[in-house]
Amino acid sequence: MASGPDVPHHPDGGPAPGVGRADAADDDAVGTAVPRLEMRGIGKAFLGTVVLADVDLTCAAGEVHAVVGENGAGKSTLMKVLAGVHPPDAGEIVIDGVPHTFHHPVQAQAAGVAIIYQEFNLLPERTVAENVWVGREPGRFGLVDRARMRADTQRLLDELGERSFGPRTPVRALSVAQQQVVEVVKARSLDARIVVMDEPTAALADDEVDQLLALVRRLRDQGLAVLYISHRLREVFAVADRITVLKDGRRVDTFSAADTTAGRLVKSMVGRELDAYFPDRAAPDELGAVRLAVRGGANAVLDGIDLDVRAGEIVGIAGLQGAGRTELARAVFGAAPFTSGTVEIDGRSRRLRSPRAGIGAGLGFLTEDRKAEGLVLGQSVRDNTLLARRSGAARGRRRAGTTDVEALTRSTELRAASLEQEVRFLSGGNQQKVVLAKWLALEPGVLLFDEPTRGIDVGAKAAIHDLMRDLARQGRAIVMISSELPELIGMSDRIVVLHEGRIAGELPAGATEQQVIALAAGHHLDDVDETGDAVPGGGAPGDDAAGGGATGDATGGEPRP
Amino acid sequence: MSDTVRDAPTGSPSSNGLEDPGARSGATRGRASAIVGRTRDAFAATPIWAALVGIVGIGWVVVTLDGGTFFASGNLTNILQRSVALGIVAVGQTVAILAGSLDLSVSYLISLASLVGAETMDGRESMLVPAILLTLAVGAAVGLANGLVVTKLRVNPFIATLGMALILRGYIENNYDRPTGSVPESWESFGYTRMGPIPVSIFLFAGVALIVGTTLRRTRFGYHVYAVGGDEQVSVLSGLRTHRVVIAAHVICSVCAALTGLFLASRLGSGTPRVGTDGGYDLESIAAVVLGGTALAGGRGRVAGTVGAVLVLAVLDNVFNQLELDPFLKQAVRGVVIIAAVAVYAQRRKGRQQVATGTAAA
Repeated sequence: MASGPDVPHHPDGGPAPGVGRADAADDDAVGTAVPRLEMRGIGKAFLGTVVLADVDLTCAAGEVHAVVGENGAGKSTLMKVLAGVHPPDAGEIVIDGVPHTFHHPVQAQAAGVAIIYQEFNLLPERTVAENVWVGREPGRFGLVDRARMRADTQRLLDELGERSFGPRTPVRALSVAQQQVVEVVKARSLDARIVVMDEPTAALADDEVDQLLALVRRLRDQGLAVLYISHRLREVFAVADRITVLKDGRRVDTFSAADTTAGRLVKSMVGRELDAYFPDRAAPDELGAVRLAVRGGANAVLDGIDLDVRAGEIVGIAGLQGAGRTELARAVFGAAPFTSGTVEIDGRSRRLRSPRAGIGAGLGFLTEDRKAEGLVLGQSVRDNTLLARRSGAARGRRRAGTTDVEALTRSTELRAASLEQEVRFLSGGNQQKVVLAKWLALEPGVLLFDEPTRGIDVGAKAAIHDLMRDLARQGRAIVMISSELPELIGMSDRIVVLHEGRIAGELPAGATEQQVIALAAGHHLDDVDETGDAVPGGGAPGDDAAGGGATGDATGGEPRP
Repeated sequence: MSDTVRDAPTGSPSSNGLEDPGARSGATRGRASAIVGRTRDAFAATPIWAALVGIVGIGWVVVTLDGGTFFASGNLTNILQRSVALGIVAVGQTVAILAGSLDLSVSYLISLASLVGAETMDGRESMLVPAILLTLAVGAAVGLANGLVVTKLRVNPFIATLGMALILRGYIENNYDRPTGSVPESWESFGYTRMGPIPVSIFLFAGVALIVGTTLRRTRFGYHVYAVGGDEQVSVLSGLRTHRVVIAAHVICSVCAALTGLFLASRLGSGTPRVGTDGGYDLESIAAVVLGGTALAGGRGRVAGTVGAVLVLAVLDNVFNQLELDPFLKQAVRGVVIIAAVAVYAQRRKGRQQVATGTAAA
């Protein structure tokens, strides 16, 4: 949880301080001295759209300052201003009392700012050492001193206590968490004084998250100023000393982590009280015949999968990362087929060996990565909408569905400038609506949604949720995968929980997060302590802030010491 | 931490086959085995050398069965000599491709270089060195132009160097229609002299390969070539001057092509307007680079692979010539070999990627 009573950490054991560093910063407590970093009145607009307005942010040496906010609140833009990627339109950046103007990332780097982006800046084909020192290879006369490079890398790895890989390991062989360590090593090698981590846990498995948080604390203890961008409140409370909330490009407030609660943070992030406004679940008489039935489905990842989904029903699939949720959807769809077991669709046994076969059988699959797997970004709304239909994969079903793109996009409430607009220019929510329209053009009987609201704003999320429920009411069977427990619980008529490729259990509508988490973690339901409380607002409206991952950020309403 | 989920079993993150063989053996089994490990590593990185051994073996058997002698010194000389021209230009092409670019203008540049070199020499020993320098300078200028167009004008390298090829072609066809100039005796003998079965010119190839290979693997510039070819955005954010790297890579590529032109002038005794295009060095050099395991997208590969690939192609040629096979069949087999090699590389990578993502998901 929060760092404890001794908030200012400033041992001088960190990296060699850069030139111009104010000594005072190390001698006094936070707040009274010159902070390591001071951003004052930062403003930034893109093409007339204001994304940041008058944002102040300070961070002391030896402090972890978390920046939280919804998607589009301006967190990442603020960090890119600090990193020199986007020069600010207004305001100033002061580092150790020295004002800086950054026009290029390299300038920020030289001033001691290191950013670890969501998408890593590593070369997969090169080794760890080569990545750490890229552009700054040690040596003389143009020759690279490889021995020194490796030794220095090893030393930095040792400092971080990293033993699972070495300087000569190629980066492509590393897990996401290990790559993050490489990024941190790179930052340390730059003698960075300020380290920015942008959503560092977004792609991490649960056990890796703890390792990362330990790493953050270590950086803090070494006297670095750490800016930690996240929307997972549990992590924020675990590492941050102070927390700044951004909303719509403005700073709402800055809290001391010890003096605030998750509820207050969420409230200031969203700007209103949270209450559940998921669409009503299906009434028992609204459920129809079984449209999708899997019996004994198994492949390399999955085993013994039995699943029934009825017309009108939304079945949620829960599980930890790596439990086989996406694999299940891909197996049903035919993208990575079951190697044994049977799949029946509308009572007909089907052997689905390819997505083409799945589409032909009346399936639609909204993948978790809509940009890479769902859309051709450079093509128009119209072409994307007709993509699956034009494939001819559903030829046998042609009497159903429509090529009327206008009607399709109207039914998904798409807001686009025109049907000829390239989908890359649409917001995440509207892109998802195009993907949905693409499948509706085939009039599928079963729809598989994998993380349907990932990276989508709150308002658009609610629209997607309403659409999903409408589609169910029209008699479709829907399978929904989501890492956000409040969303999963709020939407599902039933929840099937996976654990290590098998079905760990099934929960009825209205299950608690504790029950889901326990099953997902491989416990039996009897073991669960039913007294645990959920987040304020119970099933929050699919909000990043309230529920970022299957681990349930929501297990504690407020930080406990 | 307040919840129990943290301690939950989540897959098996411990399995860790990540350390590369060289590093692990270095740490645990001392220096000698480190070298063994590293050699094995290098061998694994350039499987084309294993293929070379196999093809030489097969060639030997087939030629012997056919009543010929594969390991006759004259034959070995022949193989090595055939490798020199393609080898030098392919080593240069490796640099361009590693940097994320490509050069389709090398064929015409080879022709031009042979003409410029032979004309300037004009049979005079005294002009040998100035002519070589002038030719290499012409090559460097072409490479500079290619590099500038690719980086500053942001023209796709395929188009930029195709355009350069057409420009050079126009110049050559307008000004030359027959072999021109002549090389002095000393330069001519360079192309034919042998030490035992080893043609002297092979040292030119070996020297170029060694210098370029070392540059790529040991110098900052070389590191930067891999970085820029691997991911330009990462390189920019790491403070690299990516344009300079790409331009320099093109200069190296074109200088190598010019050197090939000089070597071919030595073999033919004069400059020839079609020597480059007749040899098909543009596509052939790219094929050799890819056959040697370098990624066409850049950022991954080695000169050693290219050298091995050039030798493989030369051995194949030689075997087919000895067997006096149909030239169509000969070309078809080359095509099959190149496609098969790239397919093998693709499969190997796919396997490795599955291992990597499997680890990440655990």
